[in-house]
Amino acid sequence: MAEILVLVEQVDGEVKKVTLELLTLARSLGSPSAVWAGPGYSADAKARLAEYGADKVYVADSAEIADYVVAPKAELLAQLVGSAAPGAVLVAATAEGKEIAGRLAVKTGSGVITDAVGLGEGFVADQSIFGGGVNVHSRVTRGTPIVAVRPNSTAPVATAGAGAEEQVTVALSDSARAAKIVERVKQEKGARPELAEAAIVVSGGRGVGSAENFALIEKLADTLGAAVGASRAATDAGWYPHQFQVGQTGKTVSPQLYIAAGISGAIQHRAGMQTAKTIVAINKDSEAPIFELADYGIVGDLFKVVPQLTEEIEKRK
Amino acid sequence: MNIVVCVKQVPDTATERKLRSDDKTLDRDAADGVINELCEYAVEEALRVKEAHGGEVTVLTMGPSKATETIRKALAMGADKAVHLVDDALHGSDALATSYAMAQALKKIGFDLVILGSESTDARTGLLAAMLAERLGAPQLTLANKVELSGQSITIQRLTDYGYDKVESTLPAVVSVVEKINEPRYPSFKGIMAAKKKQVQTLGIADAEIDAAQVGLAGAWSEVVDFAAAPPRAAGTIVKDEGDGGSRAAEYLASKKFI
Ligand SMILES: Cc1cc2nc3c(=O)[nH]c(=O)nc-3n(C[C@H](O)[C@H](O)[C@H](O)COP(=O)(O)OP(=O)(O)OC[C@H]3O[C@@H](n4cnc5c(N)ncnc54)[C@H](O)[C@@H]3O)c2cc1C
Ligand SMILES: Cc1cc2nc3c(=O)[nH]c(=O)nc-3n(C[C@H](O)[C@H](O)[C@H](O)COP(=O)(O)OP(=O)(O)OC[C@H]3O[C@@H](n4cnc5c(N)ncnc54)[C@H](O)[C@@H]3O)c2cc1C
Repeated sequence: MAEILVLVEQVDGEVKKVTLELLTLARSLGSPSAVWAGPGYSADAKARLAEYGADKVYVADSAEIADYVVAPKAELLAQLVGSAAPGAVLVAATAEGKEIAGRLAVKTGSGVITDAVGLGEGFVADQSIFGGGVNVHSRVTRGTPIVAVRPNSTAPVATAGAGAEEQVTVALSDSARAAKIVERVKQEKGARPELAEAAIVVSGGRGVGSAENFALIEKLADTLGAAVGASRAATDAGWYPHQFQVGQTGKTVSPQLYIAAGISGAIQHRAGMQTAKTIVAINKDSEAPIFELADYGIVGDLFKVVPQLTEEIEKRK
Repeated sequence: MNIVVCVKQVPDTATERKLRSDDKTLDRDAADGVINELCEYAVEEALRVKEAHGGEVTVLTMGPSKATETIRKALAMGADKAVHLVDDALHGSDALATSYAMAQALKKIGFDLVILGSESTDARTGLLAAMLAERLGAPQLTLANKVELSGQSITIQRLTDYGYDKVESTLPAVVSVVEKINEPRYPSFKGIMAAKKKQVQTLGIADAEIDAAQVGLAGAWSEVVDFAAAPPRAAGTIVKDEGDGGSRAAEYLASKKFI
């Protein structure tokens, strides 16, 4: 069975859900090897990776890997592609994951497929393009297939793997040390799941009206265990931080459920959420284009509908 | 300072976009070509760097002959001159091939700073800037929502999931920008007129020393196997709030097992 490298995404040593999804996907195609890049490795992390199918865990936990932009991770993966000759390399299709894939592709002379929403035999990927309008099957034809897979494309399933640990040292080149991260600025995030990974996203738009009113959106999100998103109109107005923007120039999300409140559904917004499995829209304008997408739409005032919905969910819990 | 800004022509997102049935590449004739929105922010940032630090802004576009419209738009905003990499052999290039061809052109042009948009609206791979940095051996300063220069050093704020990273390097460097970085200017009438006289140099693959075997559909490292229009979403249920809209939505969510 071909070995399949899966780059681990982690925050402060905690393995992200998307990595468990990628391991599950890799398991269906071969023997998954998780690749840990950067500080924070622990026995807990290893146990989690093995629980979701990692037969091998390559560990490169030198602090230096996290000190520079993207290039060190690409060098590590290139080294492993050389030594392990894997069948494919999977990364999460986040902005940074794609950049790692891009550099790795150049280093190894391999093609790369981005934003796959599925991956099957022969590493043929499913892509959903033009804002969800066209479905494409694509594949890498030269080199080692490198595939960036969108979060929420596969449901993570625990299937124990052998979890054999192998330490890896990577000697970073000078060019990998060219762009140095001198400071990390963390903006408040709270206990909510991360936007790109969340199974449920509740987003607010211009209709929300103010930064204070976003508390309504947050409250609904919290009763559902959801992440909060925002349209560009809301982030531009400064009502919500821009890393929560959903759309063409914000995050692309593919959750099980997307709730849009006070969002008209402009093409640029749709590009970021159209592949959500179920879409619920709340808008006072029955002509709003978001209703064309909605599985369930409520024509009404969000200041009445959202609190009632929140209360009703609370009651049913 | 020699600033090169990479600008891509893309089909207008407001029109229906298609792939061609013959070779499965983007159908560039089916829709109007416009400047990729994020490239406007890249041009704006290039102009601001020039205004603050001096130098010259060169537009680099790889695309068919009709991409000159997009080049003119960037020139009308204020860029000084342009290089159009155009050759039938480039048709069908994937990201790896595109980055190779553009890196070759950039070596010909020479640069202190290369600025790109972080993503195009058609292919949306978000790969180009990282690939160019790798190919050119230049620092990767991508996803910037702020760029500051001082002498030979450059600092950016790189957007992350948790906020941002402050990243430093020396020039020459490759930068990509997100749309929060600035507000692109509208070309003035004078700018539009002046753009008509600005120099647009065309480069073919031989001029840029690009190996034909590594570009185009045949040279690509990936392929589209097949494609089909996505089945239309089943029409949803739309209800009017009669004072019970929230409760009815909750019922719907319960029926779908979300609560
Ligand atoms: C280069 C570029 C990139 C862009 N990228 C993005 C992107 O990434 N993400 C994005 O979202 N947009 C993006 N846009 C902007 C996009 O075109 C729209 O302007 C934006 O999505 C509109 O946000 P909105 O729906 O919140 O606001 P509007 O379009 O103003 O819609 C507000 C909606 O709220 C409704 N409403 C108002 N009050 C209430 C109420 N009390 N109750 C219920 N409903 C109410 C209104 O009926 C209306 O439908 C981009 C645009 C450009 C040019
Ligand atoms: C729907 C679709 C899906 C695709 N998927 C893949 C894929 O999975 N893998 C793959 O290898 N290829 C893919 N391609 C091919 C890819 O579009 C081209 O290789 C393209 O030239 C580079 O990708 P991009 O536009 O996504 O670049 P991005 O990295 O998204 O663009 C970022 C910036 O790079 C600059 N730039 C990009 N292209 C040019 C250009 N031609 N001239 C000047 N500046 C430019 C611009 O500044 C732009 O803002 C796909 C194409 C389409 C139409």
